[in-house]
Amino acid sequence: MPRRNDLHRILIIGSGPIVIGQACEFDYSGTQAAKALRGDGYEVVLVNSNPATIMTDPNLADRTYIEPLTRPYLEEIIRRERPDALLSTVGGQTGLNLSVDLAEAGVLDQYGVELIGAKIDAIKKAEDRLLFKDAMRKIGLETPRSKLVKTEAEALEFAERIGYPCILRPSFTLGGTGGGIAYNREDLVEIIERGLALSPVHEVLIEESVLGWKEFELEVMRDLADNVIIICSIENFDPMGVHTGDSITVAPAQTLTDREYQMMRDGAIRCLREIGVDTGGSNVQFAIDPKTGRMVIIEMNPRVSRSSALASKATGFPIAKIAAKLAVGYRLDEIRNDITRKTPACFEPTIDYVVVKIPKWQFEKFPGADPTLGTQMKSVGEVMAIGRTFKQALWKGLRSLETGKAFGSEKLDKSLIPQKLITPTPDRLNYIRFAFESGYTADEIHEMTAIDPWFLRQIEEVIRLQGELQKESLDTVSKDTLVSAKRFGISDAQLARTWGTAELTVREKRKALGVVAVFNRVDTCSAEFESFTPYLYSSYESVSEADPTDRKKVMILGSGPNRIGQGIEFDYCCCHASFALQELDCESIMVNCNPETVSTDYDTSDRLYFEPLTLEHVLNICDTEKPDGLIVQFGGQTPLTLALPLKRQGVPIIGTDPENIDLAEDRKLFGKLLDDLGIPAPENGSATSAEEACAIARRIGYPVLVRPSYVLGGRAMVIAYDEETVREYMREAVSFSQERPVLIDRFLEDATEVDVDALSDGDDVLIAGIMEHIEEAGVHSGDSSCVLPAQSIPRRQLDTIEDYTVRLAKALHVIGLMNVQYAIQNGTVYVLEVNPRASRTVPYVSKATGVPLPKIAVGLMLGKHIRDFTDATGVLPVLQDFVKSPVFPFNKFPGVDPALGPEMRSTGEVMGVGANFGEAFAKAQISAGTPLPDTGTVFISVNDHHKPEAADVARRFAALGFKLVATRGTAASLRAAGLTCKTVFKVNEGRPNAVDLLKAGAIQLAVYTTAGAPAFFDEKAIRRSAVMHRVPCITTLSGARAAAEAMAARKRDPIRVWSLQEIHAREKATA
Amino acid sequence: MPSAILALEDGSVFKGSSFGASAERSGEVVFNTAITGYQEIFTDPSYAGQIVILTNPQIGNYGTNAADNESSRPYIEGLAVREFSSITSNWRSDEEARAFLGEHGIPVVSDLDTRALVRHLRTRGVMRGVLSAVESDGAKLVERARQIPTMAGLDLASRVSTAEPYEWSKPVEPCSPSELVAPPLEPRYHVVAYDFGIKQNILRRLVQVGCRVTVVPALTSAEDVLALKPDGVFLSNGPGDPEPLETQVSNVRRLLGKTPVFGICLGHQILGLAVGGRTYKLKFGHRGANHPVINKVTNRVEITSHNHGFAVDPDSLNSNDVEITHMNLNDQTLEGFRHRHYPAFCVQYHPEAAPGPHDSHYLFDDFVKLMASEH
Repeated sequence: MPRRNDLHRILIIGSGPIVIGQACEFDYSGTQAAKALRGDGYEVVLVNSNPATIMTDPNLADRTYIEPLTRPYLEEIIRRERPDALLSTVGGQTGLNLSVDLAEAGVLDQYGVELIGAKIDAIKKAEDRLLFKDAMRKIGLETPRSKLVKTEAEALEFAERIGYPCILRPSFTLGGTGGGIAYNREDLVEIIERGLALSPVHEVLIEESVLGWKEFELEVMRDLADNVIIICSIENFDPMGVHTGDSITVAPAQTLTDREYQMMRDGAIRCLREIGVDTGGSNVQFAIDPKTGRMVIIEMNPRVSRSSALASKATGFPIAKIAAKLAVGYRLDEIRNDITRKTPACFEPTIDYVVVKIPKWQFEKFPGADPTLGTQMKSVGEVMAIGRTFKQALWKGLRSLETGKAFGSEKLDKSLIPQKLITPTPDRLNYIRFAFESGYTADEIHEMTAIDPWFLRQIEEVIRLQGELQKESLDTVSKDTLVSAKRFGISDAQLARTWGTAELTVREKRKALGVVAVFNRVDTCSAEFESFTPYLYSSYESVSEADPTDRKKVMILGSGPNRIGQGIEFDYCCCHASFALQELDCESIMVNCNPETVSTDYDTSDRLYFEPLTLEHVLNICDTEKPDGLIVQFGGQTPLTLALPLKRQGVPIIGTDPENIDLAEDRKLFGKLLDDLGIPAPENGSATSAEEACAIARRIGYPVLVRPSYVLGGRAMVIAYDEETVREYMREAVSFSQERPVLIDRFLEDATEVDVDALSDGDDVLIAGIMEHIEEAGVHSGDSSCVLPAQSIPRRQLDTIEDYTVRLAKALHVIGLMNVQYAIQNGTVYVLEVNPRASRTVPYVSKATGVPLPKIAVGLMLGKHIRDFTDATGVLPVLQDFVKSPVFPFNKFPGVDPALGPEMRSTGEVMGVGANFGEAFAKAQISAGTPLPDTGTVFISVNDHHKPEAADVARRFAALGFKLVATRGTAASLRAAGLTCKTVFKVNEGRPNAVDLLKAGAIQLAVYTTAGAPAFFDEKAIRRSAVMHRVPCITTLSGARAAAEAMAARKRDPIRVWSLQEIHAREKATA
Repeated sequence: MPSAILALEDGSVFKGSSFGASAERSGEVVFNTAITGYQEIFTDPSYAGQIVILTNPQIGNYGTNAADNESSRPYIEGLAVREFSSITSNWRSDEEARAFLGEHGIPVVSDLDTRALVRHLRTRGVMRGVLSAVESDGAKLVERARQIPTMAGLDLASRVSTAEPYEWSKPVEPCSPSELVAPPLEPRYHVVAYDFGIKQNILRRLVQVGCRVTVVPALTSAEDVLALKPDGVFLSNGPGDPEPLETQVSNVRRLLGKTPVFGICLGHQILGLAVGGRTYKLKFGHRGANHPVINKVTNRVEITSHNHGFAVDPDSLNSNDVEITHMNLNDQTLEGFRHRHYPAFCVQYHPEAAPGPHDSHYLFDDFVKLMASEH
């Protein structure tokens, strides 16, 4: 059954913005699928709303649409493109849900589009919990006892029957959003209310608790001939009760005998056949009672998932790529295993190492959020580590997390041990280690955590060795002991801390004793066959399999785990850097530890090192590879912090000198540079006392932006309008010292913020994009919507921006990419920040302009000039309007204030493309999941100094036919301006108040501004209910103005779409 | 931690920690790539005369239990692993794997670079070796490794076979309340199974499909077997080189056409020789649980369990007499054939799994169907 020749054009739907529960693993799967299908001669049409992805790169598909992932826009794309088939299984839950929607609405039938991968019946059987349970019962697989409920009363009744605790899962939500564990009646009432609200079908599953059971996953693939293979087994370190996305997971499963494993394998295969997944990868989850061996099936995903990305990286078997090929008719035995070349893809990978995945959480960004881990996923990213043993992999993984704190140096409280072990939080692993150190036995820890004793034993063995190491010193330690330590995964840095010496000193001693890292290959077959792909991990074994070449080679440091502020944008840059190197006939070597990414795909770069991004690991790779150059400017902050230490060790860093990257971060040096260049910056000063702070504030004038010199926690920055706020801040908000003064800048009120990305070769500078922010200065640039081209900035100021950018690039000797942030207030352009490296906006600008910035940047680093790549000079033209908007995870963190501020909190971004600003902004809002209303009521409440402008905006809403309601003060000013407006109480005034109206569905849009001072209870309550009830909530006036324009556009403009390729072709024609 | 050494005949010496019996054993050094099922491997009599390297680096995690034994004792000569667990964690475990091996005098070397060892054997082929937890002089051990007989030409099957015939009626017991195991069918067929080193799961699987089994010693004559009035004869797996097994081959030749015959592994090779084929030694064998085998009749791929160092040369078989039914997709070696004129078929791999996937259980049903049609 070879390739289907009746299909020609295939539509791939991506997964949209990065959100908790759906991250760049779907960029990886979409990219693999697009490459595989095009490689096979199919025409690929791709749609995704996320511009930061590699899959939306115009080179990867025949036509690429960055458009909202909703039925109307998809229908328009299908009408235009007339694809023969839609591949539903590589775009996560979003892609799958949208495919179902299109099928059920008859769109696919109308245009004759065949659903490939998983058919509609199979999807429904897997996704609908009742159908799924019935199906499993039919084939003799047990599921936990459960019931779907639509009311609280039903829920309570069933819970009494099965007993507490019980698990609640809202139907059809991502990553378990809105779910939870109810230990008692009160919990149940709280969770059921939230769950019913968040479920698009207002339905929640209540389930018998299997808390504390062992949890496993199998990755299964099936072809049209019904050949089925298991790619990987995964065992969760954290037992049932913690969402698998929040669990530490281990591949392969460690504690099952063959009998038990085969029982699970048989179950998974029966499940796939019964559900009827025709082709592709699926993921099946099981729980096993550790006391009796009773096994239940938890769920199955009839698509490529987060776990399949992990399984692909863990085994070297590219699940998404193979899934795409199976969807177009290939059989598994007709596809070759790329790694061994000789054997087919129809086999089960076997691995001779252990893989550990550890999630990364960022609760510090969300004060007020509950860090307890449960059935709703809360982590923002993950790392994977490969070691020859579990111990080695676990300890490598912990280093990969970049917590900013060395493992073992955290402040832990002995009295909290039982609590921290019993209730899972991100701290649990630290506390397990600490418990062992504090004399707890493995049995006691098992009692409290239900973690399998085998895993606990591994940790205990490392702790024991650490105890022995404490009795040694750098001078006395034997080679054998050192080998043991390294084989257990203990880092040089940790050894240095143990022995009171420097990391590099340990490294020297270690190398002198001949204890050096070697590299082993990931080969799918445990060395049974030769491998042809250099996909490597470090170990302390006897023989290295790295086999470096003697080609010219450049190494790229990736960006590590996804986190807020450092995500997929940087992976885009790193991948493009790699592609560019290959085009320039230079071997590309990638180093990264994030299993979700395209950069860690074994065929993205010539060589892949799946390693922690720490000095020790990078130096070890450099020792082996001896690269001609190392690129640090594409991976965000992670590689930058390594730049200077690597340079000092003689590693040849190419592009902008790390000293100059550092200079831009140094307030004093950078201030002097700006003075020398005559470029204005907001007046500023630093203070170590309240008096000093007030004096500076008086000198530069209010309002001022006050912040610590090192950002800690969530409440880092405050905008102070008066001395009282400054005093309070100095008194309460932060700790400061002589070394860490408080920084005070003049706050440019109502200023327009601008982001600029530019390329520089040392002689010439090309401005790639001047992006105007839609929110005013004061909102973190990553959380602000922005637009290309700039809409309201006069020519003269654009010229000034261009001039400053060119001079800054030259002064900092930038080679490659640079990002500058400006603020314009009253006609004056101020520089806020310069980052001589790739910025978060690089993929967005690349897609809007059609110019691949990272690719050119790599050329420049290798000594080429801008004119070698493009004739463009000055500023690149942009022919349509492109709005980038952020996406926030507030619905995952009930209780957190969703007001925007100087601390970035968005997890992802979307792009809207339009013929005018309003259209582009409207599309971006749809894509961000906060579509603006067409009719209804707008609630407005603004602080005093926004009142005059608020009337202007309100008039525009009224003109579009919206009714207005406002709190007392705002209402008065609106009426004074001649507008009709109802008054509503503030929350603390009485009822009905704004929250009541939100709950009652009487408000369709909320505009609520704050002065940036600590938010009041009232404001928070309104913003929180807005998030809960899916009412768009705008917290800046400029945002409100943009919304009014967008709402006008929605009334005026038809549904229309453009492919990037057609836009870029026009840009080329006019250039 | 006491140390142990694995020395190979080519002079390589690998050192590690001793984790089993304080003993010295020798044999052919082979590797198995299965992730699960070390206990089944330890107790598979086909490993007689072999020191086994397991590529899964974490061994011993789930201990051992009485139900998962494939024979009455471990048959491996020695074991080399990357890391041997210091504890056991599994609800079915009744003994630590380490103690289980120790009691039976089997030395274990742990903490050595098994991957390097496997790559060494993959390149140079399997070879003789000595695993010692008592001798610390590597050079001496290399010398001893060169003294032991090679696997080729060795009749190990008769050595591990049962001395006396016995009846077997135990079915497959579920390992968990959730394992779906159909109750065994009524015993309608009498199968005589030649024990060349038979794995018990084969016997259990035969019982499952409705067979009453009489297990007979490897050298039982065809006439004695026929005197038992079997409905079918089963040729078991077993250790070593098939070529020296002339008696067994000639017995099988005399059974052909008189009763249905089903062979697995060594049984397949013996049947291959009986129909006039040739066998040869593979460079490093097939030992694992992930080999793709295509069934040429159904055109479906089975993921299969393997343990063999020799193979039947498909070109040596007369295609007028023999139909090739199964081929290995990794290296195109012969995996199964059936006789065109006699009721006889066989596979090189292990449909009884243990350890490994259950994709090929249907072959036991096929055997029953064959017996039914000949009845």
